[in-house]
Amino acid sequence: MGRSFLALLRRDITLALRRRTDVLTTLFFFVIVVSLFPLGVGSEREVLRLLGPGVVWVAALLASMLALERLFAADYEDGTLEQLLLAGQPLALLVLAKVLAHWLLTGLPVVLIAPLIGMQYYLPQTAILMMMLALLVGTPVLSLIGAIGAALTLGLRGGGILLSLLVLPLYVPVLIYGSGAVSVSTIAAAESQPYLFLLGAFLVLALVFAPLASAAALRISLE
Amino acid sequence: MQLNWFRFAAPANFYPLAGRLVPIFGVIAAVTVLIGLYWGFFETPDRLGGTNPQKEYYRIIFIHVPAAWLSMWLYVVLAGWCAIGLVFNTRLSYMMANAVAPTGALFTFLALWTGALWGRPSWGTYWDWDPRLTSELILFFLYIGYLALHSAIDDARRADKAAALLALVGLVCVPVIYWSINCPDPNQCAALHQRSSLTQMEPNILSAMLTMTFGLWMYSFASAFARLRGIILEREAESTWVQELVAPASREAIR
Repeated sequence: MGRSFLALLRRDITLALRRRTDVLTTLFFFVIVVSLFPLGVGSEREVLRLLGPGVVWVAALLASMLALERLFAADYEDGTLEQLLLAGQPLALLVLAKVLAHWLLTGLPVVLIAPLIGMQYYLPQTAILMMMLALLVGTPVLSLIGAIGAALTLGLRGGGILLSLLVLPLYVPVLIYGSGAVSVSTIAAAESQPYLFLLGAFLVLALVFAPLASAAALRISLE
Repeated sequence: MQLNWFRFAAPANFYPLAGRLVPIFGVIAAVTVLIGLYWGFFETPDRLGGTNPQKEYYRIIFIHVPAAWLSMWLYVVLAGWCAIGLVFNTRLSYMMANAVAPTGALFTFLALWTGALWGRPSWGTYWDWDPRLTSELILFFLYIGYLALHSAIDDARRADKAAALLALVGLVCVPVIYWSINCPDPNQCAALHQRSSLTQMEPNILSAMLTMTFGLWMYSFASAFARLRGIILEREAESTWVQELVAPASREAIR
């Protein structure tokens, strides 16, 4: 079981690294969206500091969602996905491997580039650290929930737009606590720990239930 | 008399039953809504609340609260039928879910709309990012997502199951979303929407509101069954009983 998990993880990462543009496109999408806001709302320091956490989280949401379409699509087209369904391994575990690979390639780069974005928005150092931490805990939840939507819309016409309609409402709690953690960390009196704990709780819940739901969705889509 | 419930799990048997139930529920709905509206408009005091009463405009409560209650209740009904469908693999349960969804979306929209109209005179704003308002908006998105996913998939079986799974995921997320919007530190964000205070209400207002709720609930039964009949006919168009049902009518149409 562990070996099939690792094998699939390694395969997905290798495949993605052979086509680096896919990974980089998501990252640059994130950077561009975040950089557009100061141009749109004006570059006053106070305004940007206020907007920063929310903008970064919304951009991370959109970037993660755009990349979701590719999560199962290639494997679905060339028939690999059917073989995964037929394999004698628990499908939820294989889905988890794919989601983990997806997060390593789209979520983790966003976490790593966050300090740069934080500086664009004049966030103080504590807030930048908190933003990295919150993104580190929160973005896997986005990938896990998004996998359900990606599995449900597999091979549909206009699947991308439909996917956003299904998945974005479910992202709301992560958005609220993620940006909440960063905003609160700039206030001296407030404590941002509860926000992180709640994000962690979402992560645990999503880790347990989302792979099962995605596996069920894949079986429905490939029936 | 022993009733065999599974008899009505077959669309062919439920179709005539639904046809008989639609007018019954429709009449009950029309009568209770009329009673409720009359009661609400003419037999209730012209202000609501104690120290800072709302004037005549509070009467939108007779539409707003029943619509909001039903929007949430119908989502639970929808998810319930989806769960039954996924567990027992019965086609009719999916059709039920599919028939309930538009009514639920309608009530969600009504609750948001009347809420905006009520908010303007009482809070001075059409919209506020208050927990209740926001979660109702997200509930509306969930209904839309269910309907969109169902209509995007051509294969009826896959559409049923995929949309059912989505509805269940949404049901799990609804409390989480509700509590998350209800922000963790209540001192930081004031909620405009007052908590429900059924026990402190003037009895006439409360009774009129409950009558309206019952009437609109009956309306949801009637509309869901009417829609269900259409869905059954559409899905079962190839089967012999539908062919036989439709045949004389179409012959007359040709004449």
